[in-house]
Amino acid sequence: MNWKTFGAMLARDAHVARRNAIQLLLQTFLQPLLFVFIFGRVMVGSGYLPAAYKSLLLPGIIAISMVFTGIWAVAMPLIAEFQWTREIEDRLLAPIDVAWIAIEKVIAGMLQALVAGLIVIPLAWLVLRPGVDISIHAPLTFAVIIVLVATFSACGGLALGCSINQQHIGLMFGMVITPMIFFGCTYYPWSALKTFPILQKLVLINPLVYASEGMRATLVPQFPHLSITAVLFALLFFDVLLLVVGLRQFEKKAVS
Amino acid sequence: MAVGVRTRDLRKVYSSSPPLGAAGGFIARADAKGEKQPKTQIPALDGLSLEILPGEIFGLLGPNGAGKSTTVGVLTTRVRPTSGQAWIGEHHVWKEQTRVKRLIGVVPQRPNLDFSLTAREILIFHAAYFGIGSKQRNERAGALLEKFKLTERANQMVRGFSGGMMQRLSIARAMMHDPQVLFLDEPSAGLDPQTRILLWEIIREYHQAGKTVLLTTHNMEEADALCQRLAIVDHGRVIAAGTPVQLKASIPGGFVLRLRFGNQTADMLQSLRALSGVREVRAADNTGADVYADRGGSLIPEIANLAANSGAELSDVHISEPSLENLFLHHTGRSLRD
Repeated sequence: MNWKTFGAMLARDAHVARRNAIQLLLQTFLQPLLFVFIFGRVMVGSGYLPAAYKSLLLPGIIAISMVFTGIWAVAMPLIAEFQWTREIEDRLLAPIDVAWIAIEKVIAGMLQALVAGLIVIPLAWLVLRPGVDISIHAPLTFAVIIVLVATFSACGGLALGCSINQQHIGLMFGMVITPMIFFGCTYYPWSALKTFPILQKLVLINPLVYASEGMRATLVPQFPHLSITAVLFALLFFDVLLLVVGLRQFEKKAVS
Repeated sequence: MAVGVRTRDLRKVYSSSPPLGAAGGFIARADAKGEKQPKTQIPALDGLSLEILPGEIFGLLGPNGAGKSTTVGVLTTRVRPTSGQAWIGEHHVWKEQTRVKRLIGVVPQRPNLDFSLTAREILIFHAAYFGIGSKQRNERAGALLEKFKLTERANQMVRGFSGGMMQRLSIARAMMHDPQVLFLDEPSAGLDPQTRILLWEIIREYHQAGKTVLLTTHNMEEADALCQRLAIVDHGRVIAAGTPVQLKASIPGGFVLRLRFGNQTADMLQSLRALSGVREVRAADNTGADVYADRGGSLIPEIANLAANSGAELSDVHISEPSLENLFLHHTGRSLRD
């Protein structure tokens, strides 16, 4: 393992992220904040939704922001670098095992997802207040969950970014991202699906469900949520699965 | 210590489309409509063996799709050969990838610069990937930008660079970590004549510093002017190798007269062979003949007479002097430009 090379690649990604900071911030936070405003303020304020919905919504918004930041931060550059600018070739020729180049991308994506999560909490809280009832009851569990969520999002970005053709990016949003959000228990708790028993079982293949439920379990445990043990195991499972698939796809792309 | 390059019996069959740049560009994707159609099997290398001596400028000359880029791909760890072996110095390319990557610098056929960085940053980050210290990489980036006449644009994003500037920056980047073996895949494609001369000077200078250079080209002039030794490649095989002088001397006669007839008669070829100075006559597609001879223009009146006498109508004549182009024609029956 060549740490100098690995560090230089991380430094390059950090440098580019700094350069594009404003664009990244808008891309990451505009949509969740608008969502929080409309559903948390407008709908609750006008009485269409109960006041408690604010607290229910916030963990889901954190999960969405983290997961999509991670996926986006890894998948989009990979699609462009492999298929359009081909700039990844310079890194593939650096004196380091090819798998580590993929792992570097995952670490960079995880860091961005964590930053997104940590920024969206106070921002959303500011938009929603007063009347949000959240607190971190188990900081350690919360920390483990957000790291696992960041990992699965970045590994998911690796797997998607190395599997999808440039001309199918639109399809990726339509067929993967959109259903993932709506069936990700982000705007409602998993228990709310009990009137659709088949759907309730089906959504369990969606890792975003465990991200949202894990946030709910640690931030607003007063609402119904999946058990923390189940959430931890499921997130760990998806982390490993997506990492293995992502690395395999990456190596397929890197060497012809 | 200069480092040599060796391949033994390399074979490569692509089961999906070869990467752009390898196999020379745009092969129609048979799998574009989904998995139902049988997978494409594109043979790119068919037993290619090479021996490039330490410290020489070696050229791979051949038409598009001959396997030049795939050979470079295998030697630079980017293409996994279907069978065969390759070494950079004493390091096995496939088994000791990281060591091999330290020894090589690669200039790709199509620029692959980092569009999120400025020209200077591209050089500096590249050196950082190779573990070169901050002071040294800044100095080296400055010197190379100056040498490649890019200093004025050094702090601009490369997105707006012209093709020639991108190509120059790609070469500068490949030289940043001072590799022992420099690979250049079609380095002068798309360059204006002035930049091409600058490029040739830089390659020669790099070679004089004791480095090995392997370049691919389909430009005979470039191969002739720059390379100490050449391998002529076609259909994934080496069809001839040697110094440009040796190779040119191996063409029978040296001159080639490409004749085209409106209507060709069988005894025409026989009569051509009988002319003095003619070494070899090859029929080409029933519409003409390639005549290898040790004289050129002075043969024309005799050929015209022969044609008139045998009732063949001579419609086109092209005379070329001894050249690598003729060598390629002699070995393959095709022009490099076909």
